[in-house]
Amino acid sequence: MNPEELLAKIAKCVERGKVNKTSPYPPDMKEQDGADELSAQALLAGIPADQVLSKGLVPGMQIVGVKFRENKVFVPEVLMAAKAMSAGMKHLKPYFQSGAVKRKGVFIIGTVMGDLHDIGKNLLGMIVEGAGWQVVDLGIDVPAAKFIAAIDEHPNAFVGLSCLLTTTMLNMEKIVHEIKASRPDTKILIGGAPVTDDFRKRVGADWYSPDPQGAVEFLNKIG
Amino acid sequence: MKTKLTERLKNGEIIISDGALGTMLQAAGLEPGVCPETWNIDFPDRVEAIARAYAEAGSEAVETNTFGANRFKLSHYGLRDKVVDFNRKAVEITRRAIGPDRIVLGSVGPTGILLMMDEISEEELYEAFKEQCVALAEAGADAICIETMTALDEATLAIKAAKEHTNLEVICTMTFDKTMQGDFRTMMGVSPEEMTLAFKAAGADIIGTNCGNGMENMIPIVEEIRRTDPSVPILVHANAGKPHYHDGKNFFDETPEITASYVPSLIRAGATCIGGCCGTTPEHIRRIRDVTRES
Repeated sequence: MNPEELLAKIAKCVERGKVNKTSPYPPDMKEQDGADELSAQALLAGIPADQVLSKGLVPGMQIVGVKFRENKVFVPEVLMAAKAMSAGMKHLKPYFQSGAVKRKGVFIIGTVMGDLHDIGKNLLGMIVEGAGWQVVDLGIDVPAAKFIAAIDEHPNAFVGLSCLLTTTMLNMEKIVHEIKASRPDTKILIGGAPVTDDFRKRVGADWYSPDPQGAVEFLNKIG
Repeated sequence: MKTKLTERLKNGEIIISDGALGTMLQAAGLEPGVCPETWNIDFPDRVEAIARAYAEAGSEAVETNTFGANRFKLSHYGLRDKVVDFNRKAVEITRRAIGPDRIVLGSVGPTGILLMMDEISEEELYEAFKEQCVALAEAGADAICIETMTALDEATLAIKAAKEHTNLEVICTMTFDKTMQGDFRTMMGVSPEEMTLAFKAAGADIIGTNCGNGMENMIPIVEEIRRTDPSVPILVHANAGKPHYHDGKNFFDETPEITASYVPSLIRAGATCIGGCCGTTPEHIRRIRDVTRES
């Protein structure tokens, strides 16, 4: 297999959620190598680690992000793609540590205080990480102080706030105000089922996206 | 002995159920971040007042304040050991409010756990549903209402846990969104047809849909369920449209008049048990009842 074919195959494995050879999913790729084996083979064949990331793993995840936005795939397909992605990523770890491969930046995420829902926030994290960003996940029920502490730890990081409940939009508003008051240069993205762009304008956040891929596009543009 | 829900529905009766509980609790002062089921202990009068208001508005069946009263959701609040207590108190409150003749529906919501992420096993999930359903049944609920489900594996485990450990009738509903292609799917990609086949196989007595985005969108979902199964009783609990947020408050678009205007089409499509979800009020139920009586 030439390098282009190998990288295209890695992308395909991420897109289809093919983790490794023993994984039974998807059924039509049974017994085939997955993102795990192919990423190792690519590095062994001398393909630079940054290409394995940018021409293999990332394009695969991007296709999933777009399909998810278009309702052509749903949460399970994104979860499987993210599993395949991290199976490939684990081979890149030494290259991240040595600085041979760099991430695009840091994206801090969390579900706002009072809200215990994590599925939407996790999907966002997976898709943004799959686009080549380092994701710092603060979890659920996150107060403003915790976001601010993470911003201080990761200067120039972008922040993503998530909520599912209409009742916790009020907390989202307060957290945006507190971050903007104390760390005015921080760019804040917001999202979640009840959130709209009108709401974003009112509370003074920088970007709203109804789907994770929109967050990736914003981050890649300004990051 | 009370006539079984499915018997009444088989005889052609349309049963009016209740409207929202969560948004009514919030209107009564429940703050975000507070576990709603603690109100069964701390403010039972307020929970009871809501159930009574629904009964007075015409609800034949009223749900308990137990949507998140499973061990996984409660453990977020450090209340994992309160499952039995919260469920038992909730049934007592609803029964007190609506009397012996109306139907207490024991509400069972999702755990928030995705089985495919391998966080916990199917057995552990089944145990959690069993614990809640048994508590509801022992406290005197008339039926189990498993609702707002999005994944088939979790929902069918809940149905089986309820059927295998209680002798109550089991209702199970999923929440669908309209896709860009115009069909309806849950967040996990399940269609109304797939749901109907899986729920019937798991033993559900009544199948349906809840939450979502307004009463009008429920009509095509009910049609798809009816196309898939010609006889299963269908329950619909619709949101009063999508919420809008202004100045720290939420507003729902659908007035009681709008919600009720879709009821005749919903009944024609095959719905046999009708009520509301987030944003609906006793007034929505009153209108639904009036329209149902006329049609």
